[in-house]
Amino acid sequence: MNRLSKAALTKAAPQLLSLALILFLNYLAFPGFFEIRLQDGRLFGSLIDVLNRGAPVIILAIGMTTVIASRGVDLSVGAVMAVSGALAATMTVAGYPVPVVILAALGTGLLCGLWNGILVAYFDLQPIVATLILMVAGRGIAQLITEGSIVTFNEPGLIFFGTGSFAGIPMPILIAAFLLFVAITVVRRTALGLLIESIGINRSASSYAGLNSKLLLLVIYSFCGFCAALAGIIIAADIRGADANNAGLWLELDAILAVVIGGTSLFGGRFSILMSALGAIIIQAMNTGILLSGFPPEYNLILKALVIIVILLAQSFSSLGGWAFLKAEFRSKGAKR
Amino acid sequence: MTDNPSLLAAEHIGKSFIGMKALDDVSFDVRAGEIHALLGENGAGKSTLIKVLTGVYRPDAGVIKLDGQAVNVRDTQHAQKLGIGTVYQEVNLLPNMSVADNLFIGRQPMRFGFTDRRLMEKRSREILAQYDLDLDVTSDLSRYSVAVQQLVAIARAVDMSGRILILDEPTASLDSHETEILFAILRQLKARGLGIVFITHFLDQVYEICDRVTVLRNGKLAGSATTEVLPKIELVSLMLGRTLAVATHNVRRARPAPKVRQFSFKGLGRSRSIAPFDLDIGQGEVIGMAGLLGSGRTETARLLFGIDAADKGQASIEGKPVHIRTPREAVALGFGLCPEDRKSDGIIGDLSVRENISLALQAQRGWFNRLSRREQIALADKFVRALDIRTTDIEKPVKLLSGGNQQKVILARWLATSPRFLILDEPTRGIDVGAHAEIIALINQLCDDGMALLVISSEIDEIVAYSTRVVVLRDRVHRGELSGDDITTSNIMQMIAADPEGATA
Repeated sequence: MNRLSKAALTKAAPQLLSLALILFLNYLAFPGFFEIRLQDGRLFGSLIDVLNRGAPVIILAIGMTTVIASRGVDLSVGAVMAVSGALAATMTVAGYPVPVVILAALGTGLLCGLWNGILVAYFDLQPIVATLILMVAGRGIAQLITEGSIVTFNEPGLIFFGTGSFAGIPMPILIAAFLLFVAITVVRRTALGLLIESIGINRSASSYAGLNSKLLLLVIYSFCGFCAALAGIIIAADIRGADANNAGLWLELDAILAVVIGGTSLFGGRFSILMSALGAIIIQAMNTGILLSGFPPEYNLILKALVIIVILLAQSFSSLGGWAFLKAEFRSKGAKR
Repeated sequence: MTDNPSLLAAEHIGKSFIGMKALDDVSFDVRAGEIHALLGENGAGKSTLIKVLTGVYRPDAGVIKLDGQAVNVRDTQHAQKLGIGTVYQEVNLLPNMSVADNLFIGRQPMRFGFTDRRLMEKRSREILAQYDLDLDVTSDLSRYSVAVQQLVAIARAVDMSGRILILDEPTASLDSHETEILFAILRQLKARGLGIVFITHFLDQVYEICDRVTVLRNGKLAGSATTEVLPKIELVSLMLGRTLAVATHNVRRARPAPKVRQFSFKGLGRSRSIAPFDLDIGQGEVIGMAGLLGSGRTETARLLFGIDAADKGQASIEGKPVHIRTPREAVALGFGLCPEDRKSDGIIGDLSVRENISLALQAQRGWFNRLSRREQIALADKFVRALDIRTTDIEKPVKLLSGGNQQKVILARWLATSPRFLILDEPTRGIDVGAHAEIIALINQLCDDGMALLVISSEIDEIVAYSTRVVVLRDRVHRGELSGDDITTSNIMQMIAADPEGATA
């Protein structure tokens, strides 16, 4: 076990180092960065802020990890967030009790995911195309639900999920941590983890081995939709309203980036949900740092783009056997001399 | 007609890829007004030779001569300009564009800088009329059958190049009527003086339409002759590299036929894939399945295991009818299949040896009944030892193992599920001699332990050594069965080579 955790730590080294570097830069830009204080029974501070604001993307990344591990991608999560937020806000305004609102919003997310899963598993659409449909249509559905306006609400029970806290810890952090724990446990304590990796690496061979890959894909995409709905509820609760146009906008890309930073290949296969969550934290630490340092937020987008480029290049380079090639090249040059 | 001088000749061609000799001193020529068959099993060098002739590859040695003049074919476009047109098995056309577009793409007649559609469509109709094809040239190509698409591809190649036509397995996806239409057109092109190179796996077609035949084996020229003087049995031995006189090195093990045949398949078939066949198999027996590549062996296995759904026939186990529509259902009935293409259908490359061995059993047990890590390790250790899988570590990704050891891992994956009926498709292809012998020993042992086995192999000696019965396939039809002392290399080869209507035991 000790040997295993050591190996895991070595594997996570690049991500942990980059997080440390970003946090250190944040500290240079804003010396009060590591301060945490308790106020009105709730923890405050930039670090808490990073986790709190990062929670929706962490939750998205959990679902996205399983999708990407199955050699797919889900572009619709941002739109699904908007749908679930719009539904939650509209139902709350209409006077439904909070538990019903939440179940309805989560159920809608499951249905959205199921739709994606059916397109991918049974109609054999390429995941990027299949989920693009809902990415576009979802915002339209959300606008239909809110009838084009920003729906605001003042129901403390729902707002609690966005801004409330328990034992001093903000609710979004608790929800994300709980989902993280449950997801990792389910995936590793059942056979699902192995089977997801298997269909992601070689779906044909997996089917030959008797795996029910279609049903598995349905479950994976439904779970991803569920996660998106959960993130959508948190964001709606945080701003006490639903903005069908902007809720979750571009967050699908953050979620994919988090998974990729976490080391899960876009070609499917081996995955780590924990590392994806770490990836999401790295992204949020970057966002927060740029805000704190007083740079205009436009820099944030450019910096993110640079990080994506570097990571994707490194990934394609090593999947092409780049390091081995360089090594061999270096050796043969050395030999000639 | 075959006295014409060579139109296109390749002389003493050699071509290597990273130390592997794909072609070694191969000479080949095609004359005007001749159809020349190019035969060989997979990996024999047919496609490499074609690619050398059409400028995709450059030969390391040898020369290509066109009309007796040495030429340097720079690339495929240059080959087309020289008059060499190629039609590949997977039709290289654009199904969502019109027939006329497909005939003229890349060389559309232009007017004022725009495509002259009227002229293009008129010329398309003229071209197709030469083949007695009356198509709506403005409608999408995808509206027409594969056969028609193939003809359009040929029409395009002939119109562009017009001297030599290379056809790579044109009949692989055609039914017999469509094949007849294609042959009529080939005869017409031959009469017009084209030289045609015809690659196929169907021996009957070679005798039906070809004037000469050249056989490649392992990158070398195995032989070349006019079809008239080459008996079919000799052609088969050229392809397989066996002569009838060679004694088998594997000793045949006589085995009594089982009293009950639990697994029964009646009239199972699928159109365009395999003609309906009957097959009964009992526990404690090995059925060998022999035939050339493309004869329907793998198609049979795919039907039995539910990868392709049968559109005719009925399967039953111990008298009870069963439905097998997916591999999952087959596995639930106690079936297992080691596929022909290990890389794409067998191994999960990035997963470890341990995970690969556990996979089928885990799939059978369901998602929530996980094999613990300890159980997986025990399972993997057991089979690594039992099958002598050579790996430094059961945590090693299976893609890093050699072919023979990968094959053993897939076998182990099935043995872990304790199957009752195991199908092995080319279990010994591409693996080293040692592993080869071990797998044959394993087949014998599993059979003695009471498993029912169906083994597909191109190695006839091998089939003779372990089979209780042998089924011989040709041109996607089960032609006949041999059992007992009738199972000999020469009997099998004669059945493979037999005339369509001839004696099939």
